[in-house]
Amino acid sequence: MLRRAAAVLGVPLLRATPGGPGRAGLSRGRPREEEDEEEEEEVMMEAEGGFPLYPGHIPTSPLQKALLAAGSALAALRDPYRHDMVAVLGETTGCLALPSLRDKMRHHPEGYRILQERPRIRLSTLDMERLRGLPDGTLGREYVRFLEDNKVSPDTRMPAKFVDDEELAYVIQRYREVHDLMHTLLGMPTNMLGEVVVKWFEAVQTGLPMCILGAAFGPVRLNARKLQVLATELVPWAIRSGRNASCILNVYYEQRWEQSVESLREEIGILPPPAVRV
Amino acid sequence: MAAAGLGPARPLLARRPGALRALLGLARGLAAGPQTHFGFQNVSEEERREKIYQVFENVAEKYDVMNDSMTLGIHRVWKDILVHKMNPSPGTLLVDVAGGTGDIAFRFINYVRSVRERQLQQKLKRHQNLSWQEISKSYEEEKVKPLGDSQVVVCDINKEMLKVGKQRAQHLGYSEGLSWVLGNAEELPFDDDKFDVYTIAFGIRNVTRIDLALQEAYRVLKPGGRFLCLEFSQVSNPLLSRLYDLYSFQVIPVLGEIIAGDWKSYQYLVESIRRFPPQEELKEMIEDAGFFKVDYQNLSSGIVAIHSGFKL
Repeated sequence: MLRRAAAVLGVPLLRATPGGPGRAGLSRGRPREEEDEEEEEEVMMEAEGGFPLYPGHIPTSPLQKALLAAGSALAALRDPYRHDMVAVLGETTGCLALPSLRDKMRHHPEGYRILQERPRIRLSTLDMERLRGLPDGTLGREYVRFLEDNKVSPDTRMPAKFVDDEELAYVIQRYREVHDLMHTLLGMPTNMLGEVVVKWFEAVQTGLPMCILGAAFGPVRLNARKLQVLATELVPWAIRSGRNASCILNVYYEQRWEQSVESLREEIGILPPPAVRV
Repeated sequence: MAAAGLGPARPLLARRPGALRALLGLARGLAAGPQTHFGFQNVSEEERREKIYQVFENVAEKYDVMNDSMTLGIHRVWKDILVHKMNPSPGTLLVDVAGGTGDIAFRFINYVRSVRERQLQQKLKRHQNLSWQEISKSYEEEKVKPLGDSQVVVCDINKEMLKVGKQRAQHLGYSEGLSWVLGNAEELPFDDDKFDVYTIAFGIRNVTRIDLALQEAYRVLKPGGRFLCLEFSQVSNPLLSRLYDLYSFQVIPVLGEIIAGDWKSYQYLVESIRRFPPQEELKEMIEDAGFFKVDYQNLSSGIVAIHSGFKL
């Protein structure tokens, strides 16, 4: 009973019996008994606060999530190139925004299909040659151009680890993989300024606290000239576009490579980008 | 496009019914040798050795940073106490097993160096009426043999850890009296009766067959040699034990993820501490290997313990 209470509280409860941990038999390499195995699994369940729900899932207690959120926020501030920390921050703070995103997807025919089919954007699933061969101005061609110009690859996205629902883990994974397409649709490069603009757009679109924090704190590292451009032209445009556009996760991008970027922008509701050099 | 998304929601580690589990356990046991533990998981001995090798390969670069963060720097005090307890004199030959990044080796060198300096100073003080030639000869002695023939051999099974250790040594300026050997604590690449002191600091927990490591320690020590083991142990105070568990399981893996980007290795670390034999049991194992006058000293209320034994 105490164990159940502990599991509910999300705090590990280890037995303090002398015979428990550190049996001599284990250290001496004797074969284990059945009874030991049973205890093993129980202790593991208590210690981790749950079972893994998908490959790569690390179950965490509420306290651990809070510590992770705080720590990853500090680490990402100190070193913005630590994408893994940004990812962890997104996962540990997304408990309200992710379900609402998932619901938006469920209530839209294309989004619903995405949730069913679970497409992944990876180099192994993309036909790079075909995309490169598409005419200029199409989504596929511009996406490949973006990847090559900025020397990025869709395979560097961290898999979800700390989301405690398998479907929500996919939603955040989809959000990460669609991020590069956002850059393409918004016409923003991967420098600090471009990233901040995309973050503003994503913050309005998704409501993820990680995007809001990134949008708010990203600009601290920009010089005055860039800040001015950001504040006067880019951010207002990003916010207007974000509000005007339909949910970006409800677009099945993999089936629209041939569509032109302009027509896709119109369809989604992204306003034409301002004529500034980013 | 391939729709290879995350699979249907199915817990990966579901509890299987007892009979099936027993059968699987038997099959696994027959296939892969004797069973042992990796943290809280059940694995074969070979699998355990591989997994531990990978853990230390992953953490090697951030090993020292993580030690400082997890123990708030207190691990330095523990290691200082170990070397003070050892009280090596110049001329001592030390083998530091699982010595990885060199913490014990560097402390040993510092200690011996300062003892040697004091020795030479005492010698000078005693002979007040030295001629100039005799004084300059003693300075020569100090320059030529700053460690007084003491030597430390750092032995570790993991190449990455040794690499980091060598880099640190170069960075900190340690070169004399220091050698680095790749070796397995269960089967040391040294002859019998070679060393004055054998230390293993925070390493024996990761050895798969502790009894073999202890036998090897006995073998390579000279008669009169000393065995010293610094390791995490069991906390007796129940309140402290609860706090320690809370800190270990809630905070340490989080630190691992934030600082080293590696949750799983630090989850393994805290689990392996819980699986390690408590003080009395380890003492008995050391006695079984043939050591005499085996004793232990608790540090920080039993979070860490130093076990000591002599080969007579």
